[in-house]
Amino acid sequence: MSLPSLEAWAAEETLGQRLQSKGVSRREFLEFCGKLGIVLGLGSAAGPRLAQALQALKRPSVIWIQLQECTGCVESVLRSAEPTIGNLLLEMVSLDYSHTLMAAAGHHAEAALQQAMKANQGKYILVVTGSVPLADGGIYTTIGGRTAKAVLEEAAEGAAAIVAVGACAHWGSVQAARPNPTGAVGVAEVIKDKPVINVTGCPPIGDVVTATLAHFLTFGALPATDSDGRPLFAYGKRIHDQCPRRAHFDAGQYVEVFDDENARKGWCLYHVGCKGPATFSPCPIFQWNGGTSWPIGAGHPCIGCTERNFWDTMTPFYDRLPDVGGFGVERTVDILGAALAIGAAAGVTAHAVATGIHQVRERRKLPVLPPDAGKE
Amino acid sequence: MATTRVVVDPITRIEGHLRIEAQTEGGRITNAWAHSTQFRGIELVLQGRDPRDAWAFTQRICGVCTVVHAVASCRAVEDALGITVPPNANLIRNLVHGMQFIQDHVIHFYHLHALDWVDVVSALSADPAGTARVARTISPWPNNSETYFRGVQDRLKTFVSGGQLGVFTNGYWGHPAYKLPPEVNLLAVAHYLEALDWQRDVIRLHTIFGGKNPHPNFLVGGMASAINLDGTATINAERLVDIQGMIRRARTFVEQVYWPDLQAIAGYYKEWAAIGGGVPHFLAVGEFPEGGVNDVDRLYFPRGIILDRDLTRVHPYDHKLVKEYITSSWYQYAAGDGVGLHPWEGETKPVYTGPKPPYQFLQGLDKYTWMKAPRYEGRPMQVGPLARMLVAYASGHEEVRAEVGAVLGKLGVGPAALFSTLGRTAARGIETVLLARQMERWLDQLIQRIKSGDTKTFDGSHWEPSTWPASAEGYGYLDAPRGALGHWVQIRDGKISRYQCVVPSTWNCSPRDGEGQLGPYEAALVDNHPLLKPDQPLEILRTIHSFDPCMSCGVHVLDATGAAIVEVKVQ
Repeated sequence: MSLPSLEAWAAEETLGQRLQSKGVSRREFLEFCGKLGIVLGLGSAAGPRLAQALQALKRPSVIWIQLQECTGCVESVLRSAEPTIGNLLLEMVSLDYSHTLMAAAGHHAEAALQQAMKANQGKYILVVTGSVPLADGGIYTTIGGRTAKAVLEEAAEGAAAIVAVGACAHWGSVQAARPNPTGAVGVAEVIKDKPVINVTGCPPIGDVVTATLAHFLTFGALPATDSDGRPLFAYGKRIHDQCPRRAHFDAGQYVEVFDDENARKGWCLYHVGCKGPATFSPCPIFQWNGGTSWPIGAGHPCIGCTERNFWDTMTPFYDRLPDVGGFGVERTVDILGAALAIGAAAGVTAHAVATGIHQVRERRKLPVLPPDAGKE
Repeated sequence: MATTRVVVDPITRIEGHLRIEAQTEGGRITNAWAHSTQFRGIELVLQGRDPRDAWAFTQRICGVCTVVHAVASCRAVEDALGITVPPNANLIRNLVHGMQFIQDHVIHFYHLHALDWVDVVSALSADPAGTARVARTISPWPNNSETYFRGVQDRLKTFVSGGQLGVFTNGYWGHPAYKLPPEVNLLAVAHYLEALDWQRDVIRLHTIFGGKNPHPNFLVGGMASAINLDGTATINAERLVDIQGMIRRARTFVEQVYWPDLQAIAGYYKEWAAIGGGVPHFLAVGEFPEGGVNDVDRLYFPRGIILDRDLTRVHPYDHKLVKEYITSSWYQYAAGDGVGLHPWEGETKPVYTGPKPPYQFLQGLDKYTWMKAPRYEGRPMQVGPLARMLVAYASGHEEVRAEVGAVLGKLGVGPAALFSTLGRTAARGIETVLLARQMERWLDQLIQRIKSGDTKTFDGSHWEPSTWPASAEGYGYLDAPRGALGHWVQIRDGKISRYQCVVPSTWNCSPRDGEGQLGPYEAALVDNHPLLKPDQPLEILRTIHSFDPCMSCGVHVLDATGAAIVEVKVQ
């Protein structure tokens, strides 16, 4: 990411002055804010308001701690797109602690953390990647001789906002899959006295992380979330409802085996295990790596990585949805039959209606898909 | 003379959680310990799961090496089930893995390693015209003007005067071990920033074939990205042209920025060609199959072993001779802690015996890390770019011999210089240059195959579990950016019954074994190694970063019986 950038800010400079000095025109900036407004679900009309808020900002401190994790989430933010203006957005912050990028090591690194927390008490944004292993007194991850839990609790104390980035920080992810040998949990299991926003995914798309930070910086509050703490602007809709291959699902056109004639026509991946119908994620809209593609776009089924417990509920990954663990083969034929009838009759409309943000909870209670949907 | 105890935790600018402890006397390191302080237990999680899912689980071992575990896992399962992937899929995997190497090595150099050699603050006093002169003598890169470097320097000045140093806070700026003139420091700072933009572009190759990066998708039996030149949602000419552009831009940056910078900087640090050599044995499992994955004579980087720095002989590698020891690790073996076990017999029972956190020191304890100690016929082995280049050099690989010869000549040093901290960093550069060229050939081959009518990317003959034997075992090798990797899988009744990985950082970060032999990090730190200021461990960072540590990769566990037994005895 461009967080370590040398794009310096003069002491009292605002983003507006900053952009001007960088030769970014007012028009370009407004255009960007319009796009950001759409991304955040506020509509392009919110552009001017966003622009006003962003331009008055100074660089707030961001402290990024990495606990039990694989660094994939940091890498994902490194790939965040929108080069020039996106960098500027990131440069709105001062990244004061980051294992992956900071020059100092050892006690100099820990001193930098202490300095940043003290100087920005109550004001800094805490970004957390990685889970917290609680088993056996926390000995499964230590940093500077202290447990991940102790590091997190201390850093959370003075934070103005906590952003849990990635499936590990959200709920524990792969190390928390059965049998969870280290007792790994997400941030919200440890920090209970403050709101934690879950920018989830394995990893999440880098742009979703930066957009969430932008939301906080602009409005002084974290964006609205679903019942699992995920920002609605990114996780409010199901992949299945936004999938470019949806028309093939509705038409009963499926890939039956990888690389068959249907795969070469770009048909629906539901029969080879796609979890898009049960997954709330921005992938089809944001896409990955600067809009290059996304998993289904590259011919592989969605594995549902933005959903809690997906390593257990979405596996085996190549089994068709109703057969996988989380969705229960125990459902009776009657329920499935009823759902099939609704699905068949209502088709696209039923799915479209189901995308309303306020219906997130209700939607989860419904059977996801009939087992025989689309079978010839 | 007084002994000083040194602790560096966290080691930053790496993947994962690493702690180094050392003892110094009179400015030299006399003893060293490498501690892995994170454990996740992913292989335990794999028990009883569908082997076709294993690539996704093991891929999450590491988000930096985001390709390597997935491909090694696919190869292990394919080996077990007797699957041969189509040539197109093999070429696509080579392209994806090749771009992983290039992007990873360049990021490692600029964003993880460079600050050990480059003094950012010194760049403030550079003469941008001087920087432009230096840049033009080493490279035709277009951004070589005085105006350009002055712009970078002005931004740097504003940054420093603004008082918010961000990730540069508390760096060891002004340390006497920094030797570059201000003009070269400014050059490196400018390219640190350029590389951030570059990597975002070239890695999109993963997104086209795998849907995203980090963690692109793979598939047992081939690749899921179907080829159809007339399709809108497939690999078509538009996608191939995009890839061609990325490969060209990757090569240009490597040849005109990364490699010239690396050599220019190395020229100021030649004394590091006699520091940090360490373990004298090197292992490469070989990588980039140009025939089938089992056609090990046709690997672009060859397989083999170098013993005692003897480049006149390459010894054969047999995976059955790998054993893991736990004498110094927080585990127990049923047959006692003195034995070594092959991964197919591997067992792991984590038993923490370290001090209760928060703790001050781990040095001197019998067991001091979560990392096991792999040994090949009882010997510790260095793995990684240097091992690969040495094995290729000794095997008579023409391109490698030419590049190694050229760089040694340019620096005015002999082959012995390779066995060092600087040698590891230079070897990484050499293989990046070679791969950046090779990528074009692989893409060409893929295009020729498509032209001749072969668009097959997947072999589904053993996809259905009904076609599998009741029990099977497989080995998947892969030489990853950080070195030799192996996945071993056993399958019973359609499910994983045992899964074990021996990973580059397990080899390099391994602790002492029962014979008292130090692991490669530890041995390098006590090999003619300075530490001027124990309070500012810059030299330790140089040598440790020259290995490019990846700690999450190194620590893993699979219990032989499938039972998750964890005992903890806190001192």
